[in-house]
Amino acid sequence: MKLHEYQSKQLFARYGIPIPKGRVASTAQEAKQIAEELGGKVVIKSQVLVGGRGKAGGIRLAKNPTEAEELATQILSMEIKGLPVRKVLVDEAANISSEIYLGITNDRAARKPVIMASAAGGVDIEEVARVSPEKIVKVHIDPLLGLRDYQARDVAAGIDLPRDHWKNFIAITHGLWKVYTECDATLAEINPLVITAENQLIALDGKMIIDDNALFRHPEFSEMRDLDAEAPSEIEARKYGLSFIKLDGDIGCMVNGAGLAMTTMDIIKLFGGNPANFLDIGGGANADKVAAAFRIILSDPNVKAVLLNVFGGITRCDEVAHGIVAAMQEVKPKVPMVVRLVGTNAEEGREILATAQMITAETLVDAAQKAVAASKGAIQ
Amino acid sequence: MSILIDKNTRLLVQGITGNEGMFHTRQMVAYGTQVVAGVTPGKGGEWVLDGKIPVFDSVRIAVEATGANTSVIFVPARFATDAIFEAADAAIPLIVCITEGIPVQDMMRVRNYLDQKKCRLVGPNCPGLLSPGQSKVGIIPGDISVPGNVGIVSRSGTLTYEVLYALKLRRIGVSTCVGIGGDPINGTNFIDVLAMFEDDPHTEQVVLIGEIGGTDEEKAAEFIASRMTKPVVGFIAGQTAPPGKRMGHAGAIIEGGSGLAKDKIRALQDAGAKVARHPEEIPDLLTKI
Repeated sequence: MKLHEYQSKQLFARYGIPIPKGRVASTAQEAKQIAEELGGKVVIKSQVLVGGRGKAGGIRLAKNPTEAEELATQILSMEIKGLPVRKVLVDEAANISSEIYLGITNDRAARKPVIMASAAGGVDIEEVARVSPEKIVKVHIDPLLGLRDYQARDVAAGIDLPRDHWKNFIAITHGLWKVYTECDATLAEINPLVITAENQLIALDGKMIIDDNALFRHPEFSEMRDLDAEAPSEIEARKYGLSFIKLDGDIGCMVNGAGLAMTTMDIIKLFGGNPANFLDIGGGANADKVAAAFRIILSDPNVKAVLLNVFGGITRCDEVAHGIVAAMQEVKPKVPMVVRLVGTNAEEGREILATAQMITAETLVDAAQKAVAASKGAIQ
Repeated sequence: MSILIDKNTRLLVQGITGNEGMFHTRQMVAYGTQVVAGVTPGKGGEWVLDGKIPVFDSVRIAVEATGANTSVIFVPARFATDAIFEAADAAIPLIVCITEGIPVQDMMRVRNYLDQKKCRLVGPNCPGLLSPGQSKVGIIPGDISVPGNVGIVSRSGTLTYEVLYALKLRRIGVSTCVGIGGDPINGTNFIDVLAMFEDDPHTEQVVLIGEIGGTDEEKAAEFIASRMTKPVVGFIAGQTAPPGKRMGHAGAIIEGGSGLAKDKIRALQDAGAKVARHPEEIPDLLTKI
């Protein structure tokens, strides 16, 4: 789960990381009022969960409260990469003398958290990593020991930070480590961390991603979720405990198991079709879950055929078939349905489904070919 | 005829009195696995499965009383980390964690702790292990595979069952099937299992089932090229997966241009492995070797 800049920076502040004075606004009038309180120049920053806000015109400098109101009006009416801007952050403008990158993330291959820092801050760090990886300093942290002072000093030295900033930089690095661990983040990033003309270190922009698997420990984050960044079908699927991802194709997929669901998408593509979604219905395949999955798949008007691919292991295929038939009676789909059941009691399962007017298939190849043909209107 | 588990495996079930734990204990016992103990804190002294299996309050007590040498964990995600630490501190040499949804920072702590111990974790978020005809530890359906000489290692669940079943239909048997799990940080990776199959005299060839996310398949390819004498057939799921989206498994995500299926396929091919375009090709590639 991604957090907005303003949410991330509020968390940073709670952990002692200095951030600019400012507040979030939902209307231009509020933005103007905040600008008046702050006095002087302010930055109006769109709060959307995509990169490239600046390039899209979603970050603007305002000289006075009246200009802040005008710019906020403009920005609040924008869409950036398909996402509506519903909030703007109004921050005191900083006099930037230099920009640093500082982030902590999970290094999957090393199985440890890693601190990354660069004197080339303020730009896309992945771009820096690609073009000039030598400009990035990486220090791995033992998750059992936590961040040690010397490691924070190594980072400071590694990016040639002037010594008079070390004390503050080390405090900020400790704050970032704390917010990363205590919030179960998979990413906690300050970009840029600026040195101002007044010789202060300030986190000008922030980004955090929270581990979805850890949300049970952090009920406070569930209210912070921005549903604009997700397809409505994905939000609906989550309510039923279904793992669903919308794609652009026209063959709906319903599969038990994530690996098999990806494989089903791949084989559709291999035989000339296009999957409309990824969907893992999990184990069991009871009628309620299958019916919910049908409704979600069929709510996509692009879907011209549906492929069900279920491996019956401990849940036998005949039980799964009964669940599918019950769900079909409830949802009454109007597109052709191709179904493949394999595993324990597959024969019995197929007989139950054949009476329900579904196109049955035995092999994965057969199922994919039939689904592709059905999506092109070749079979019904 | 197997790695990691066999007919001498003495299994302890952590979370035995829960729904999942009880259901799969019954299945494992029916398969012939020696389930010698269960652990549920607060239920020590009870007996389950018609009075056949004793329940203990802690792993340490259960091990002392029964000589269990393997543990399987069925407890919910919020308690699973503690269950792994408990099994490790009781010096159980093989711990298999089925639980899905463990926070990734917990798993980093677990993994870094276990690296200092002499025990092996398989999983989490995995279906467990099956040595056909001998023992099953976890949730892999027992009747979809027969004993034989093919070793299987996979990040997936039902996709693995597909492959086991496709092999069974062609009368191709399996030495051991190891589900290493779909999480980004796990206890045992491809290389660990490949090395065990390479050393196992009864495994003649290996099937590796990978998916998008991370670089474990690329590392496996390096290992295959430099160390494996036995033939390997690979399959990688997720060629059509969009970047930046988690495809069901916490670890199945393309991030920053890394973890792509095509890179993994190329790495395996360059290492001399045959890569199937879809799972039903796997038996053909095996028998052709």
